[in-house]
Amino acid sequence: MALLETKNLGISFGGLRAVNAFDISVEKGQLYGLIGPNGAGKTTIFNLLTGVYQPDEGAILLEGVNLTGKRTIDICKAGIARTFQNIRLFGDMTVLDNVKVGLHNHYPYSTFEGIFRLPRYRKVEKEMNTKAKELLEVFGLESYADYQAKNLPYGQQRKLEIARAMATEPKLLLLDEPAAGMNPNETKELMETIRFVRERFDMTILLIEHDMKLVSGICEKLTVLNFGEVLAQGDTQDVLNNPEVITAYLGS
Amino acid sequence: MEMKINKTKISKTTKNDLITYGMVILVYIVVQLLVSTGHVSSLVQGLLVPFCTYVIVAVALNLTVGILGELSLGHAGFMCVGAFASAVFSLAFKESIPGGLRFFLALLIGAAAAAVVGFLVGIPVLRLRGDYLAIVTLAFGEIIKNIINALYLGVDSNGIHFSMKDALSLHMEEDGLMLIKGAQGVTGTPNDSNFTVGVLLILITLFVVLNFIHSRTGRAVMSIRDNRIAAESVGINVTKYKLVAFTLSASLAGVAGVLYAHNLSTLNALPKNFGYNMSILILVFVVLGGIGNIRGSIIAAVLLTLLPEVLRGLSDYRMLIYSIVLITMMIFNWSPNAVFFRKRLKQTLTSGRKA
Amino acid sequence: MSFVAHLINGISLGSVYALIALGYTMVYGIAKMLNFAHGDVIMIGGYVVFVTASGMGLPPLAAIVISMAVCTVLGVTIERVAYRPLRGASPLAVLITAIGVSYLLQNVALLVFGSDTKAFTNVVTMPNLELFGGQLIIKSVTVVTVIVSIIIMVGLNLFVKRTKLGRAMTAVSEDKGAAQLMGINVNGTIAVTFAIGSALAAVAGVLLCSAYPSLTPYTGSMPGIKAFVAAVFGGIGSIPGAFIGGILLGIIENLSKAYISSQLADAIVFSILIIVLLVKPTGLLGKKILEKV
Repeated sequence: MALLETKNLGISFGGLRAVNAFDISVEKGQLYGLIGPNGAGKTTIFNLLTGVYQPDEGAILLEGVNLTGKRTIDICKAGIARTFQNIRLFGDMTVLDNVKVGLHNHYPYSTFEGIFRLPRYRKVEKEMNTKAKELLEVFGLESYADYQAKNLPYGQQRKLEIARAMATEPKLLLLDEPAAGMNPNETKELMETIRFVRERFDMTILLIEHDMKLVSGICEKLTVLNFGEVLAQGDTQDVLNNPEVITAYLGS
Repeated sequence: MEMKINKTKISKTTKNDLITYGMVILVYIVVQLLVSTGHVSSLVQGLLVPFCTYVIVAVALNLTVGILGELSLGHAGFMCVGAFASAVFSLAFKESIPGGLRFFLALLIGAAAAAVVGFLVGIPVLRLRGDYLAIVTLAFGEIIKNIINALYLGVDSNGIHFSMKDALSLHMEEDGLMLIKGAQGVTGTPNDSNFTVGVLLILITLFVVLNFIHSRTGRAVMSIRDNRIAAESVGINVTKYKLVAFTLSASLAGVAGVLYAHNLSTLNALPKNFGYNMSILILVFVVLGGIGNIRGSIIAAVLLTLLPEVLRGLSDYRMLIYSIVLITMMIFNWSPNAVFFRKRLKQTLTSGRKA
Repeated sequence: MSFVAHLINGISLGSVYALIALGYTMVYGIAKMLNFAHGDVIMIGGYVVFVTASGMGLPPLAAIVISMAVCTVLGVTIERVAYRPLRGASPLAVLITAIGVSYLLQNVALLVFGSDTKAFTNVVTMPNLELFGGQLIIKSVTVVTVIVSIIIMVGLNLFVKRTKLGRAMTAVSEDKGAAQLMGINVNGTIAVTFAIGSALAAVAGVLLCSAYPSLTPYTGSMPGIKAFVAAVFGGIGSIPGAFIGGILLGIIENLSKAYISSQLADAIVFSILIIVLLVKPTGLLGKKILEKV
């Protein structure tokens, strides 16, 4: 059974059919790329997968469980985490706290216990603190723990966003243009990070990217989206050599 | 090594909080000393409880504005609810329950009433966009004030009577007690408030707010403030946490209202004490003290209430000066050009140091 | 007083709200900000007329023109000094600044004119309108207010739709960036918006004070807020909406005052705001906008 499957997914905005008959199948542990020209509908698909938009057609299945129509929070709990095209960190909070927010649902205690500093608060906070620090270490961010997130260098901000997403213990990680705004060195480091995340956490990753070096460097399979519809799907090299795909990107 | 780092991290925020508590206690001790040695004018003595009231409501508002990140222009309305609910209770049970216990119960009732109203207001309001949210809270504040002004409440051997028209419609017995007399408000509330009580309430408010902030719930609320969409994407229930913060904030404003009500023999819901002008005044305290800065709210509330009384000559100009400082502060802190300028300055001076 | 009389007074009050609401809605539509200080510009307009007409004895029309000029300059200055630096900042920051400006205007007026209520001499000197053989008397102020509001509303609507400047304003309200790329002077357009809104505020101030002849530094505040309710009611960003919202709100407020109670009339007005924002946030005539993730 595929980890993620969509069947005939579609949505319209006003009169525009933004996504149509979208089928994808991502196996567990895969590094899967979603590419296509600007405005093709890639982020829209991410928004559909995470419940930000509700599809007017089709289904989304995670490990066979139907997630169609569910709210973002429930989809997160079901195991889909994401990062955003424009990095969305909790800017005024510390790096450590950003990760702790990601841990929120896995380390519960009540507001009452928090205000009155009851034993459960102390115990769970300690565990949360340890776990958050571990995650930062894993991503090489531990020295930034007390920085305000908005003061981090750009490349580290992206790593933090991924770390925070991983804190939610997802089954599937969606990365929306993770290399956006990065120079070649930062992109190389990012590629290492993504590979590392897949290995370390046994993660399945679906990413949107324009940077072809990154795409051909780490993605095993690709889906090409054009005008909201699938243009080509398959192994990376086959897809990239497909003449229709080349035309879509470069024009004829 | 790990354990050592953990310990230092936790005590850093606790240390900060302890400074705030210590500051309040220190001021209390100093003031009491000055009062007992006769160094404090009766004018300032009369201001001691109002100081505490303003501090509590400013901290409460900062919870909404600075931590939740939403602008409320109606917090005077929550003060009003707390004030009247507790005053009615205290008046009704003036003879039957001893002072200390009665005031404690009045506090609970005022806080609870304000919390309920805060919750009910929050449900529709917190969905709205920033500036609409602000105006709607203003609207609710005015509605609350107006309704209480039109309220007639009395109790007699037959039970509780209530009317929105006038006192006569209550049809009360001879032995009945008028609790709320429409625009004339509540008369005869026992004078349970004093400086010590006020400071105790400040400390309790601080305890609640500071612990709230440094907990999982506080982090969730701040994450919503910083980036609602990202918060949702990591599984934070935005509606729930917005409501929790707002309700708590309203409840604490209600506590301030209880303190206020038990300092006066007559309680009226006037535009000047429970109208939007009061809400705006508290907002000025919060902004000038630093949005999100709890200690700043305390200092601002006291200074901005004390200064005009002490510097009589400037009293006429005080609101003018506050407004100019407010505008200037906002522009320097929030203007995109100013933010950019400060970031560049920081970068050239330091190269990405600690927060 | 009869129902019809209450209704007509409501329409008159509503026309004043409409004039104020027009200023709010234009500024909100184009500069995307809630000019909390708008109501206080009205108050300044009232004071200028008071000083020039009663104090200096100038003819009413001259006083009004001077007032409009002063308010226009004031409005444009406020925009330049307090609001433009914050363009692009969080809307909350702008709102708090606007509150600061409102405070500033009120306290300047307080210092200059004192807190005592000034008796405003009615600038509308025409005779009252008598209908049905004297059974129904409509004050001349009422008639003038309604007529002036209609003229201004129609004029403004035509201006926005037909003139180059008006269309520039619409463009800026849709997309500032695109408008700039089209060669539209965004700063200038926004300045003109504030200028028009403030000039209207002056007129509203004169009419308000003529109908309710007491003037204090706080006179503009509550009508300002109620006019904002009217603008939202009618659909923020829509000129006909502001007009309709204003008139309806005035009628509802006046009838509530007459038949329910003066206290609860305000509560009812504010309840309208809440109901509208919860049920139909775009108001009676407004349009919908989406958010991009």
